[in-house]
Amino acid sequence: MSGYRLSAPHGAWIDRSRTLQFDFNGAEVRGFAGDTVASALLAQGIVHVGRSFKLHRPRGVFSCGFEEPTGLVDIGAGRYRTPNTRATDIAAADGMTAKPGNAWPSLAVDLAAMNSKFAALTPAGFYYKTFMWPDWHLFEPAIRRMAGLGVAADGPDPDRYDEVSQQVEVLVIGAGAAGLQAALSAAQSGRQVLLLESGAHSGGWLASQSLQGDASATHRLDDLTRQLAAAGVSLRVNCTALGLYDHQLVVALETVDDVTVRERLWKIRAERIILATGAIERPMLFPDNDRPGVMLASAVERYATHFGVACGKRVVISTACDSGYAVAASLQAAGIELAAIVDYREASAEDAPTGAKVFRGSSIVAVSGSRAINRVGVAANRSGNLQTIDADCIASAGGWTPAVNLYSMAGGKLRWVEDASMFVPGLTLKGIESVGACAGAFELELALDHAGATGRGNAAPAPVGGLGIVPARNTPTPIALAMLGRRPGKIFVDLQNDVCVDDIELAARENYRSVEHLKRYTTMGMATDQGKTSNVNALVLMGELTARTPAEVGTTKFRPPVKPVTLNALAAGRTGERYRPLKRMPGHTWHETKGGLFEEFGGWLRPAAYCKNHEEIIPAAEREALHVRTHVGIFEGSPLGKIEIYGPDAAAFLDLMYVGSMSTLAIGQARYGLLLREDGVIFDDGIVARLGEQHFWVNTTSGGVDRVALAFEEWQQCEYINHRVLITPVTSSWGNVTVSGPKAWKLLAAAGFDESLAPTNMKHMTVRELAYGGAKVRVMRASFSGELGYEINLPAPYTQSLLERLGEVGCEFEAKPYGIEALMVLRTEKGFLHLGADTDGTTLPGDVGMDRGIAKKAANFVGRRSLLRPAALDADRMQLVGLLPVDRTSRLPTGAHIVTKQPPAPIDGFVTSSAYSAVLGMPVALAMLKRGFARIGEVITLFHLGRTLRAEVVKTPFFDPKGERLEG
Amino acid sequence: MMQLQCPFCGYRPENEFDCGGTTAIARPPIDCSDEVWGDYLFFRVNPKGLHAERWRHTFGCGQWFNVVRDTVTHEVSAVYRITESRPRALDP
Repeated sequence: MSGYRLSAPHGAWIDRSRTLQFDFNGAEVRGFAGDTVASALLAQGIVHVGRSFKLHRPRGVFSCGFEEPTGLVDIGAGRYRTPNTRATDIAAADGMTAKPGNAWPSLAVDLAAMNSKFAALTPAGFYYKTFMWPDWHLFEPAIRRMAGLGVAADGPDPDRYDEVSQQVEVLVIGAGAAGLQAALSAAQSGRQVLLLESGAHSGGWLASQSLQGDASATHRLDDLTRQLAAAGVSLRVNCTALGLYDHQLVVALETVDDVTVRERLWKIRAERIILATGAIERPMLFPDNDRPGVMLASAVERYATHFGVACGKRVVISTACDSGYAVAASLQAAGIELAAIVDYREASAEDAPTGAKVFRGSSIVAVSGSRAINRVGVAANRSGNLQTIDADCIASAGGWTPAVNLYSMAGGKLRWVEDASMFVPGLTLKGIESVGACAGAFELELALDHAGATGRGNAAPAPVGGLGIVPARNTPTPIALAMLGRRPGKIFVDLQNDVCVDDIELAARENYRSVEHLKRYTTMGMATDQGKTSNVNALVLMGELTARTPAEVGTTKFRPPVKPVTLNALAAGRTGERYRPLKRMPGHTWHETKGGLFEEFGGWLRPAAYCKNHEEIIPAAEREALHVRTHVGIFEGSPLGKIEIYGPDAAAFLDLMYVGSMSTLAIGQARYGLLLREDGVIFDDGIVARLGEQHFWVNTTSGGVDRVALAFEEWQQCEYINHRVLITPVTSSWGNVTVSGPKAWKLLAAAGFDESLAPTNMKHMTVRELAYGGAKVRVMRASFSGELGYEINLPAPYTQSLLERLGEVGCEFEAKPYGIEALMVLRTEKGFLHLGADTDGTTLPGDVGMDRGIAKKAANFVGRRSLLRPAALDADRMQLVGLLPVDRTSRLPTGAHIVTKQPPAPIDGFVTSSAYSAVLGMPVALAMLKRGFARIGEVITLFHLGRTLRAEVVKTPFFDPKGERLEG
Repeated sequence: MMQLQCPFCGYRPENEFDCGGTTAIARPPIDCSDEVWGDYLFFRVNPKGLHAERWRHTFGCGQWFNVVRDTVTHEVSAVYRITESRPRALDP
């Protein structure tokens, strides 16, 4: 128990009048409104909050922002749980539950902590090297249980999320001093400005300086904030820019609340983007630097100023940068006892605050205590002189790492600044500027001047500097370590992934030179924090080990998201049916009343069959199909693709689109047509009817209408630009009710349809436009079943009432609905092609026997030339044939392979469609078979899931080969 | 996600568009050689740098148009209608 709450006025961001209480791992934690989970835990003296990923060592809160590597908790329970989230980045809420992510069976007794006793046995690459033989998958489950962090939610997330797109003139990211100044100047020069701040409050580093003697920081900030409001800048807090994409698009995540919307995704397109994302502190490297109580110095300072929390009773500052002295002054001002400043360097530009004990040219070499610190060993780097200091918190200040993530995502290149040991933006990007600490400008006055000028549109090189001298390397010297007289503790470079100095040395010994390889071999810089606090230390070490400068080593690629994001925030409410809305047919209700069993077909909910009590789909479909053959069936075909083609060149245009000729159709006639892609492959099919000299009614497959209409448009706009044609997809405007069977006309006549539609008056494959029941309808005689059939197209809102009427008058004729599955049985009996089932991405028209008449056609239709390529003319091509089982009883499974010898062996073909034909009393199937047309009568062997079947190759159709039933 | 300028609707986000690949590829006549037809069907240049390509404003006006885009930086240096020629200054 080392941390405690400071008395007011310390803690500018908390509201002491509003207390809250939450559960952490079974313990009650009290805090104030404005606390983060981390600040409330620290105020209560809880320093040990989790266990590390690989070694299961105790870990505490390390930072005060989203760079947090170790203070990871699972927030919420059940379906609400969010795993592995940063205690430093989550506002504490009354009644919430938080659990450590990686501790089993409990935080205090972690059985897997035995791992850390065997740490020497698990260096980098351990898993790669050890679990290779005989098979990694043997070991994977146990290792996955042991590794990993939090636990995923138990079910779909009940919270709400949304997404908003926004367009702004100037987007400023980061509301620290530089960001505020840039936003203000941009607004004052008349620009529309949006300012994003990741934290709950603006002010950044400047806000954390309020504790020190003079009040200038506070005044300055107040002044900026006041002017900002007056200038009309909109400030959005709790909103983190996650990524920067092409053409100045920023995606940002706003944490809203848990009541209306939990998180909101912003997609912001800006004319100019000013990055003011600040810098992340770089930790010092020393033995056992992962102990709970070792923290970033800036975090210790921020917990004191913002949350009124002392992170320890006696704080040691370990530093290699002048900023450590400013933190010392802040802590003194807050009344927190300063045990000592341990400066890695011999000299500093800053003076230590009065009374502070300073060890210059020294390092921390030992940390006592495992779940909390109690003593610190300090040794001089040159002499090794060793001393012990009582302390419970180490504030680590090893320099600064400008947050260049967004700059780098935009394609920016980085430059290494030797004296301050940091990477800064190295070239200017169009429309994107960096100001303040993220540009490497740490001297306040210069940085504000530069930010102001940038905001006004006068971009100039950033005034890089202001940190003094920061050594790249800050690990204790061998002399200092030797003074311990024992083996020093592990020095952790990446706290989240348990990557130590040893691991990087090992990688270098094994000749890993590329920083990307180093990352993957050691796991350095991976997982939720992406190495925000560790990458530069690792690069410096890698550089030293391979005799290169950090600039030569380079950084790993920065990728979005800047901080972890919940998948639901990205989905933004587009889940379940909102992800892909299902389309319902205009007669949907009628099918429901008839007991339709709905399934999805190409995005439409359609009745697969109408099952009687406990009947399976397949027997139901066979029954329905037989009923169509003997009586009459009613089918809704509303999803059938429908496109109107108008214009003086409509006929000529369709001749260019279809394999067959449409220009020769007389008005009122219809014709089946095949559409090809330019490579000759069958792309869609359907009936084309001519309604007028310049007006065609094109039917496509239900699933293909969108792509057919788009293809027509593309050919019309990009190739046949002189053809005067209007292409209008009208699928959902028209309902389609299909009546099939020997009694089809009797049913329509009873329902009051005009005598002119009688089969004696209207030929097969013709279309009539007429009025029926107050609506203009288009009736086509066509058949996908082989029976007398009428397709009644009518305005969609009339579909339901027509179905009802046909159902009522149909009782007399035993008219019954039939579903998609019955339709498939009927068309298979007739050998009619079903696109996508009988064809695939290689099928040419000749393969399905539909190349007749091409030679005589004049138009160079789409795909025509491809039918003359050698591959298209190959005699060995597969062709569509019928198959009957030799025993006339075994169903031939769809997908069964036609083989010539025992598999594995090349196949001769495969079954594409299969059904039991009740009317024929035997199963029938269609298949693609090599040279199939020439093999009629041959008996072939089929192989399916270890089973062998024999079948006879036959001609189609299986049923009514002369087509006599079309006339009823 | 890029932002493209539809000549009819103005600047819109990329997800309103579909890219149709290299533009202005002449369709060879029916009596061309297999090689010429094969080139037309399957072979594209895939340049690193300026690329003239056609885009459709699918979730907008539905019109095709041409864009000269740098495949490295995504910088768009010209937008012109489907029947217009690539600006001379940007010839490859």
